Amino acid sequence: MLHGPLPQSFLDYFGHRLLRLILTVQGLGAFMLITLGVMFSRLGRAGGILRPLVLAQTARAGLQLLPMVTFLAAALGLVVIGQTVSLLSRVGATQYLGPVMVTAVVRELGPLLVALLVLSRVGAATVIELGTARALGEVEALEALGIDPIYYLVVPRVIGMALGVFSLTVYLLLGALFSGYLWAFLQDVPLQPGDYIRQLAGALDGLDFVLIGLKTSFFGTVIAVVTCYHGLAQPLRLEEVSTATTQAFTQCLILCVLLDALFILIYLVV
Amino acid sequence: MQATSTETTPPVIELMDADIPSRRDLETVTVTGVTWTVSQGDFWVIGGLQGSGKSDLLSAAAGLLRPVRGTQRLFGREMMPTYAHEYLAERLRVGLVFGEGGRLFNHLTLRENVALPLNYHQPLGASETAVRVEALLQATGLEEWAEQAPSEVNPSWRQRAALARALALKPEVLLLDNPMALLDPRKSRWWVDFLDQLSVGHPLLDQRPLTLVVAVDDLRPWRLPNLRFGLLEEGRFLSTSASFLLDASSPAGWRDLLAAELPEQKPAD
Repeated sequence: MLHGPLPQSFLDYFGHRLLRLILTVQGLGAFMLITLGVMFSRLGRAGGILRPLVLAQTARAGLQLLPMVTFLAAALGLVVIGQTVSLLSRVGATQYLGPVMVTAVVRELGPLLVALLVLSRVGAATVIELGTARALGEVEALEALGIDPIYYLVVPRVIGMALGVFSLTVYLLLGALFSGYLWAFLQDVPLQPGDYIRQLAGALDGLDFVLIGLKTSFFGTVIAVVTCYHGLAQPLRLEEVSTATTQAFTQCLILCVLLDALFILIYLVV
Repeated sequence: MQATSTETTPPVIELMDADIPSRRDLETVTVTGVTWTVSQGDFWVIGGLQGSGKSDLLSAAAGLLRPVRGTQRLFGREMMPTYAHEYLAERLRVGLVFGEGGRLFNHLTLRENVALPLNYHQPLGASETAVRVEALLQATGLEEWAEQAPSEVNPSWRQRAALARALALKPEVLLLDNPMALLDPRKSRWWVDFLDQLSVGHPLLDQRPLTLVVAVDDLRPWRLPNLRFGLLEEGRFLSTSASFLLDASSPAGWRDLLAAELPEQKPAD
């Protein structure tokens, strides 16, 4: 029975899912290209309108999340860094502190955690806002006024979220590394601040800064594009907005993890 | 029945044997076989009961909704239903006032909503834009509410703000989707008078007569001379004259729109 053909209903189901996946990937790809095209071809046009929108989105995906990121930095410092520093000191392996911190926290946990935070706090709200605007005909109103909805609604969110994820990651990493040492210090770990900083600095190289900048900007861009796509790309009824939000959240999560895996490969190759 | 024009200028809006879909479900056709020409200077009133497809017809006329069959032209050019930069010139010649409060943007004040198309397309400098916005707010009686968000004012002011926003770029044709729905007779009167002024030439538009299409579900306030009437009934579009509407043999659906009171032709001043 295991080697027999799948029942037609299974084939239908998988075929249907596969087609939906292909269509989604195609739609997201096209939307991303259109957004980038609009962003680079019209940047500077109607700057008076774009600037406050970008500032508002950057504040929303950055500044307004600072309290939450501060809490996460303290938590990350306690849970991961403080424990790791304490453990490495106990087994006399403090020389590995730098590489462990840089690999686990700076390259992986920090950016991914911030991306998840921005996705849950801003990304979900974006689908709801844009989906509702679409369902209520506000997007049609923009088109009637000759205003490009991509330029007015999507571009500020892409720039805002890319900047937001990048700056929050920098803030989270600094906060987490500092609070991590603080927790270790409170546990009487015999590690001087100078040694701790030297270890970290020794494990970081120039490429880390470039790749962290790229990775966090890509996370922000992916979250913005996917959430805007689900809010805008298809005609929505109000009752469909919640489903679109769930789909967008899941797809952002998958894409961020895949993007993270891609950057791990880049780290390994370079 | 097809509306014909004696004007020599090219038509502003042309729908030829067009089947118009619903904006909410593009696979459902709401109005079939529309053949309709709007010429420069026309003032059309399109009557139809709720759900008859008036909004869909206006969206199609404005080039925002593509007919599933037939052709649609704006100033002689076929339009794409979505935003496309190459159609911007034609799109900016058309103003569209949506119904149900005008679809203003709630994150902007009424003043910012009115200024939005001017700030985006930047036909004027900053100080001229401010002057133009002030003139639009004044003409529509919105100065008192200018700094409030759309959600903070009642629908009649929102509708006026949508009108001011649509007039900001000095369009050549204005389409209005049931702007007087739920208004009391006094406020309805303001709309009829203001649109009448626009049709003959208003200082806001440099005294240039505006081509107008108004979709309504009540024909009673429309007693202006030289109006052209279109009616939507059972998925069909029919154009006619006011005198034909007065005919007792008019279809029952048309008489529903007129309720107890039939429109009367008023002699031109």
